Amino acid sequence: MTSLDDLIGRTEHNSLFARLTSVPVFWVILAALVACIALTLLTDTFATQRNLFNVLRNFTFVAIIAIGMTVVIASGGIDLSVGSTVVLSAMVLSVLMTGGWSFAFAAIAALTAALAVGAFNGALIAYAGMPPFVVTLGTLSGARSLAMVLSDNKMIWEFGPDHNLLLWLGGGSTLGLPHPTFALALLAIAASLILRWTRWGQYVYAIGGNEQAAILTGIAVKRQKVTIYMFSAFTAGITGILMTGWLGSVTTNLGQSMELAVIAAAVIGGANLAGGEGTPLGAVLGALLIEVIRNSLILLGISTFWQGMFIGTFIIVAVAFDRFRNART
Amino acid sequence: MSRLKLENISKNFGAIQALSGVSLEVAPGEVLGLMGDNGAGKSTLVKIIAGNFPASSGEIRIDDRSTHFNKPLDAQTAGVEIVYQDLALCNNLTAASNVFLGREAMRRFGPFRMLDYPTMNRRAADLFKQLKSETRARDVVRRMSGGQRQAVAIARTLLSEPKIVLMDEPTAAISVRQVAEVLDLIRRLRDRGISVIIISHRMPDVFGVADRIAVMRRGRLVASKATATSSPEEVTGLITGAIEAA
Repeated sequence: MTSLDDLIGRTEHNSLFARLTSVPVFWVILAALVACIALTLLTDTFATQRNLFNVLRNFTFVAIIAIGMTVVIASGGIDLSVGSTVVLSAMVLSVLMTGGWSFAFAAIAALTAALAVGAFNGALIAYAGMPPFVVTLGTLSGARSLAMVLSDNKMIWEFGPDHNLLLWLGGGSTLGLPHPTFALALLAIAASLILRWTRWGQYVYAIGGNEQAAILTGIAVKRQKVTIYMFSAFTAGITGILMTGWLGSVTTNLGQSMELAVIAAAVIGGANLAGGEGTPLGAVLGALLIEVIRNSLILLGISTFWQGMFIGTFIIVAVAFDRFRNART
Repeated sequence: MSRLKLENISKNFGAIQALSGVSLEVAPGEVLGLMGDNGAGKSTLVKIIAGNFPASSGEIRIDDRSTHFNKPLDAQTAGVEIVYQDLALCNNLTAASNVFLGREAMRRFGPFRMLDYPTMNRRAADLFKQLKSETRARDVVRRMSGGQRQAVAIARTLLSEPKIVLMDEPTAAISVRQVAEVLDLIRRLRDRGISVIIISHRMPDVFGVADRIAVMRRGRLVASKATATSSPEEVTGLITGAIEAA
């Protein structure tokens, strides 16, 4: 016999299907799977090792930043400056390495520059109370300009004594997987654990859910916001370093309008722009789905001019789907 | 013995005298209904008790010990908890997470400290059981009724074994059935020996649950009497000024 307490204690979702479909990223996984299966059947080029390798490497960079973006969006903010932070980090790295510095030193300097952008964003948003959209729009412009000043707007393709190390790190592969993918996996796991099991993670969602309540319960909301924007800048900084190694050269248009792809990936992956929702796994899957769509259009011989239309449709469908799901419950 | 004793509390914001010479006592396990028109000074008084700002003059004594609050945390440590009118809940988090927000239970995992969800869920479920509320600790607050939300907000105050719970308009903007639920919750607090101060505009709710009613008008306390010896008509008169004092 079940007592009343048992009934109260029982969760609402009983069937496995209901439980599965309530997971926000379920439909993204399903869509990605369907697309992959369809492409495997329709083309004989999709399921080749070479193509899958390319898909993997192409989506990795957007996915890494999408993890950082998801945290920002889950806290109720937005970070438009990530694309410019990528180029700033890449330029600091390249200029220092060309100047003869070691990779380790240049990489630390590049990450420091990226973190400085994040700290600047966070400080203005948290302490000056400025809207994230405006602040990061400002740094979007400023950080890229700084990268131009730093490099005199020249292309850099020689990276001093650690040249080969950098190219190996960004462009090489181990066990058949491109190196940036390892960085992505590591970051996705770390971010998932942090968001789920630490106070910092809990407060990200609390601030996104009800910032006023978070303040009233004594959470250090301002300090937390600064660290949130520093985290997203950190993911952009890492990406800048890896992209430099992958491309083997840097120009100041690196990462241009990347923020849009990143936000799209985060949103498709279930991040709610109103705050309070979003997971690293969703962000990674969102980025993967975008790349699979892009790849499939190329393989199916559809004009690349249609890419934007397909991805745009997907963003809108994903958000519409989310609204529909929430309206029912 | 009095749980809370206010002696000659005055507060002025510049030239504006918000409170003048308010003296009030609340016994342990007593429910006090604080009534008054908009601008009568109810919120100011409650904010002083909750430590949001200090009084210009006068003294607050809790359990006959003089206290001085500089910030809300001081009041919390002294055993004063507040339930805000909008409840200050995060809709996207579970009931248990809301109850523990800002004071999460942690456990060690090797060198790391991680959130202890099992303990938080268990303790939250325990608090809801004490409040006899059908609220599931693991459920997301977004999907809860007004009464369940109140239960979450009240359970949060119970976490620290408070002496005094202040409630700002707990029955505004919820359905009739949920009002009954919330009044029950308030009685449960009283049964545990907690003193409750309710600010409310709703006469029937105050008369339904309060042991004593205090009426404020233009920064002064014009009445503080047992509910049984008063009537809604008298209180209305006191609020509007038709009756000078009682």
